[in-house]
Amino acid sequence: MLSKREWVWGYLLIAPMALGLGVFYLWPIAQTLYLSFTESGVFGGHTWVGTDNFTELLGDDQMRDALGNTLLYAVLVLAGVPVAIVVAALLNVPGLRGMSVYRTLYFLPVVTMPAAVGLTWRYLFNGDFGAINHFLGELGIDGPYWVGDPDFAIYAIAIVGVWSSVGYNAVLFLAGLQGIPRQYYEAASMDGAGRLRQFFRITLPLLTPTTFFVLVITMINALQVFDLVYLMIDLNSPALNGSRTIVYLFFEKGFVQNQRGLAAAIAVVLLGLILVLTAIQFRLQKKWVHYE
Amino acid sequence: MSRARTWPAHVILTAGALVMIAPFVWQVVVSLQTLPDSLRVPPKFTPSWEWSNFPEVFRSVPLARQFVNTVVVTVGVTAGQLLLCSMAAFAFARLRFPGRGAIFMVFLAMLMVPGELFIIPRYEIMQGLGWLNTLQALIAPGVFGAFGTFLLRQFFLTLPKELDEAARLDGANPLQIYWHIMLPLVRPGLLALGLLTVMWSWSSLLWPLVVNTDPEMMTLSAGLASLRGQFQTNFPILFAGSVVASLPVIALFVVMQRQLIAGIAFTGSKG
Repeated sequence: MLSKREWVWGYLLIAPMALGLGVFYLWPIAQTLYLSFTESGVFGGHTWVGTDNFTELLGDDQMRDALGNTLLYAVLVLAGVPVAIVVAALLNVPGLRGMSVYRTLYFLPVVTMPAAVGLTWRYLFNGDFGAINHFLGELGIDGPYWVGDPDFAIYAIAIVGVWSSVGYNAVLFLAGLQGIPRQYYEAASMDGAGRLRQFFRITLPLLTPTTFFVLVITMINALQVFDLVYLMIDLNSPALNGSRTIVYLFFEKGFVQNQRGLAAAIAVVLLGLILVLTAIQFRLQKKWVHYE
Repeated sequence: MSRARTWPAHVILTAGALVMIAPFVWQVVVSLQTLPDSLRVPPKFTPSWEWSNFPEVFRSVPLARQFVNTVVVTVGVTAGQLLLCSMAAFAFARLRFPGRGAIFMVFLAMLMVPGELFIIPRYEIMQGLGWLNTLQALIAPGVFGAFGTFLLRQFFLTLPKELDEAARLDGANPLQIYWHIMLPLVRPGLLALGLLTVMWSWSSLLWPLVVNTDPEMMTLSAGLASLRGQFQTNFPILFAGSVVASLPVIALFVVMQRQLIAGIAFTGSKG
């Protein structure tokens, strides 16, 4: 039934999307690659400068810091993924009443705009009147200035990053958990395995495909963090040196200082970083992901 | 399983849930405090019913205008996504044409590319069109999406083959099959994509921040960012703005949560 009319319809129906993706995705990719080898003039226009932008980034302290901050943030947020597994496992406890109420509450941060989330936590993390230091003080801990301190800012942002993604990841894990056949647990119970043992011997191994997926998307998103940094850290705070991420630097260079060529080079470095780290994750998955 | 065995789960989940919602409650409380109350040490955990923060924030920034902007952009982007993605997804899933596999691979490849790579050239496109500080600058790039096409294709693939065959025997052309037969059947997919798109579009920050610098043309996300610049540590005002900005999507989620969560779970299972 492969008629010529069907071809025509096929092309007609994908045409608008293909055209749009061409203009707003494919062309920009090519253009950004090109721009990363140019310098933008004061009055617009671009001059070819070869690999100058990349050599400049290589020796740039801000870029080195941004790379370090971004990687640290990604590691911290990835370290928070087990929280979502625990939440999902608890939500999946048989006979649990009010499961959907819990799910709604855990999901609330996911649907709230990061700008509002960032402002709220900027207040909670305030060194003088913030609630977090108040509670730490009750415990006898003298809390740092968090969002005002370059040594602590990225940790504060990562806590918010975990807080706002737990619900999303828990939903993915819950779907994975519900795909594990109940018979496995029944068989294990008959063999006398307790809840905890079942969790480590059945749940975690059978959940690894979902875990892998969550780790990959969490990492890719974390490497692109911008919103929370932009809203939580004041624009001229010294804490920015300890929390400026790659995308933040991209934004500053491209749209505050109008160094578009340099900004394009930063975006290209980010692409390379994401591709390499994702490839490593795919390589490593053979060692720990169980596919049935 | 007896209910007696679920109490440990309840204890942990409740403690976690408190951590999840405390910042929201706190935000609402502070949005109703006076400025001195909001800066007290130790913190004051009750509102002082200072309702004037809300009119105040509407007076200081064009918040109402930004609200309308955000609604217009979100509706435009979502409607566009649903139409264009479903058209392409239907073609990829149900029609055969030369190059289909290769073109689809190109679509998929774009999912791998971080959004920052698109921003500078898109900005220059908008500049060239004279579209800086317009709402169409926010809508136009947003209506195209490889993710939505991929998501809906999965839904179209699950429909039985007999459907198209029967319709074809009745003389229907692919456009009629798409619109009258298939589209109603992938409604759960459309709903999931629609909700995800609303969520993303409502919250997105970087592109709106870059392309619309005139407060009158900003969306709420960028508006909040500029409000921060204006009010620094006047948190009651900032939070009044935040509550107004984030409430609509939270309300939509509470009403439609089953569909949204089903959609997200679905992206996980196909990933």
